[in-house]
Amino acid sequence: MTIRGAPAWRLVTTLAAAGGMAGLLIVVVFEWAEPRIEAHRAAVLAAAIDNVLASPAHYDTLYVVDGALRETPPEGVLERDLERVFLGYDESDVPVGFAVTGGEPGYQDIIQLIFGYDPGSGEVVGMEVLESKETPGLGDKIEKDAEFVAEFDGVQTPLVGVKQGAGQGDPSEVDMITGATISSRTVIAIINNRLEELGPLLDTYPATVKR
Amino acid sequence: MSDPRFELTASPHLKGGATTRRIMWSVTGSLVPIVAAAAYFFGLSALLVIAAATAGAVLTERVFGTPGSLGDGSAAITGVLLGLCLPAGMPMWMAFLGGAFGIGFGKLIFGGLGQNVFNPALLGRAFLQAAFPTAITTWPAAGGSFTQLRGDNFALPLMRASSDAVTEATPLGLMKFEATSTPVGDLFMGSTAGSVGETAALLILLGGAYLAIKRYLDWRIPVAIFVTVAALSGILTAIDSTYPGPLFMLFSGGLMLGAVYMATDPVTSPVTRRGAWIFGVGVGALVVVIRVWGGLPEGVMYAILLMNAMVPFINQATQPRVFGRSGDGMVTA
Amino acid sequence: MKSATTAQYDLIRGIWRENPVLIHLLGLCPALAVTNTVANSLAMGLATFFVLMGSSLLVSTFKRFIPHEVRISAYILIIATFVTIADLVLAAVVPEIHKALGAFIALIVVNCMILGRQEAFASKRPVSRAALDATGTGIGFLIAMLMMGSVRELLGNGTLLGYSVFGAGFEPWIIMILPPGGFLTLGVFLLAMGWWRGRTEGAQARVRRWPHGVATRRAA
Repeated sequence: MTIRGAPAWRLVTTLAAAGGMAGLLIVVVFEWAEPRIEAHRAAVLAAAIDNVLASPAHYDTLYVVDGALRETPPEGVLERDLERVFLGYDESDVPVGFAVTGGEPGYQDIIQLIFGYDPGSGEVVGMEVLESKETPGLGDKIEKDAEFVAEFDGVQTPLVGVKQGAGQGDPSEVDMITGATISSRTVIAIINNRLEELGPLLDTYPATVKR
Repeated sequence: MSDPRFELTASPHLKGGATTRRIMWSVTGSLVPIVAAAAYFFGLSALLVIAAATAGAVLTERVFGTPGSLGDGSAAITGVLLGLCLPAGMPMWMAFLGGAFGIGFGKLIFGGLGQNVFNPALLGRAFLQAAFPTAITTWPAAGGSFTQLRGDNFALPLMRASSDAVTEATPLGLMKFEATSTPVGDLFMGSTAGSVGETAALLILLGGAYLAIKRYLDWRIPVAIFVTVAALSGILTAIDSTYPGPLFMLFSGGLMLGAVYMATDPVTSPVTRRGAWIFGVGVGALVVVIRVWGGLPEGVMYAILLMNAMVPFINQATQPRVFGRSGDGMVTA
Repeated sequence: MKSATTAQYDLIRGIWRENPVLIHLLGLCPALAVTNTVANSLAMGLATFFVLMGSSLLVSTFKRFIPHEVRISAYILIIATFVTIADLVLAAVVPEIHKALGAFIALIVVNCMILGRQEAFASKRPVSRAALDATGTGIGFLIAMLMMGSVRELLGNGTLLGYSVFGAGFEPWIIMILPPGGFLTLGVFLLAMGWWRGRTEGAQARVRRWPHGVATRRAA
């Protein structure tokens, strides 16, 4: 087949050559950038775990596989495709709690967060929003309002959201943000739902029995 | 010109006395009792907010409008209406900005009076709602002495209001977030929290009735809104009694003010009678949908703005048949 | 002398008189989407500048080898390469900004301003002129982005490049950092540009009618 103008082989070779050069260039840059991107990702996660578990001495990554927690990922599965929880330990190797991630749609978009959970006391011990696009000035208080974030430092599960000042002093109450009820409720719902899914696993994980 | 027997002009030859100017100033007059009620319930603060919004609207019209366009009074109405649907504790600079935005972007940018798609006062409010969501949902409690300010009205331009006023949830907010109802009597008389002018349902209805009798507003639109809201909320309550009832829905929030004064804006509502009914039913249905299932407690503003956008289509769909033509516009002769 | 003016014109044309965003209305997608802060605008402007410059240089260099029939595919391939590089570099060097810009970096590839310059200019001109044109257009885009970003960050957050301008008591205009703020800001800029162009064109028309100036006419 010929096309008027340049012959078909020329069109194909031109595009092939251009594609080859483009690929080569991208690979070179990727080789340089990838470790940096991975390092940053790991640093962000480590900082978040550090935050929600009140600075554990070190932590283990556990993989949720077929309804059980495992210390090593099964063969042939990419690590980042697996659901992970993180178990933090203090200086004397005593487990202090799990860091669990979760996400659900908030007012604008999916809210991604990580929270610390202590199976011993059944308490949430910290919460950090990893990603959200909530309304600036209202919904984004779920990450920017220090008082709201502090509500999650030691609160009995399952959490109950109450209107500001309407609490009865119950240990499972979380004061919601006035004017950002939906965003606040989503944060509470994410934690409750994730614990409903994983709670039994975390509560019975052998490492915690050691205490 | 001086000889009345020989006046040569294009049609129409019969003219009523109702000029734009006269209608607009009548509307302004009918707002006076509502403004007075606002001052009674929310004191000096209400007057300050209304004055600031009006100043913003009027100044913008004066600076950017066609010379002399101020005289028709429409800018002043926009300002007063905007002021009436703001909380009394709002800083004056925000009310001013809202008035300026409503006239500038709601009206003048389209070419002035008669050209705008959306109700300028509501557009000004929508802007304020999006720009200052906290300030516009800080509702001071009704009552208190006249001179006591209901918030930081005198906050410096661009600066945040200090928040030490006594606030209260609106009846709709109470219903949405705490499932608490407010006595309908309070709603009717206006002694509840809310925007400065939306609380006194009785006075708004009287003002509307006056304008409807004078034929300065199309009574079909508010009637259609009221009937739709009452019917839909009646059905919902019958199915599940946790939904608010018709009386509560009618007299709470900005429904009265919106239905009587905003939805009937002659520029942004349909010109045909059938169109007016469709428009009113649409607004009423949207109000119920937003209030009951939406994320916000109040939906009158967005309901009217959405239906404003539909007006050109409603007008087109409800054109009366032209004499001598069949319904599809073909010449039959 | 003649070539110097051509070169100068290649360079300055895109900056203001044919500004891609404010006059040609090209590249509006990033101009509306990511200009909520000055830092984001700057990053997007620079990334686009890089892609435009790289693509223009390559297209102009290889214009003789690219058959007419597949030129668009070839341009897109070249542009996409530079976009991917920009994406990776931003993710490695400034991860926070990369996160804020999100999918809009990848979308530089469909920024019609870039393809437009290849098709209309770089594919027909020598490398030196293509470089000047890319510089001018890139700077023009950057200027438009920074104008939008400054206004939106200043009103929407009370800061410029993160530094507080109005002090702690500032009440942010939340709408300005939300999508409607982008449309509002761009609309106001286009309004101002239209008004300004109307004025200058009106003045030019007057000059054409009375080439010796209004004063001469008055004197006569």
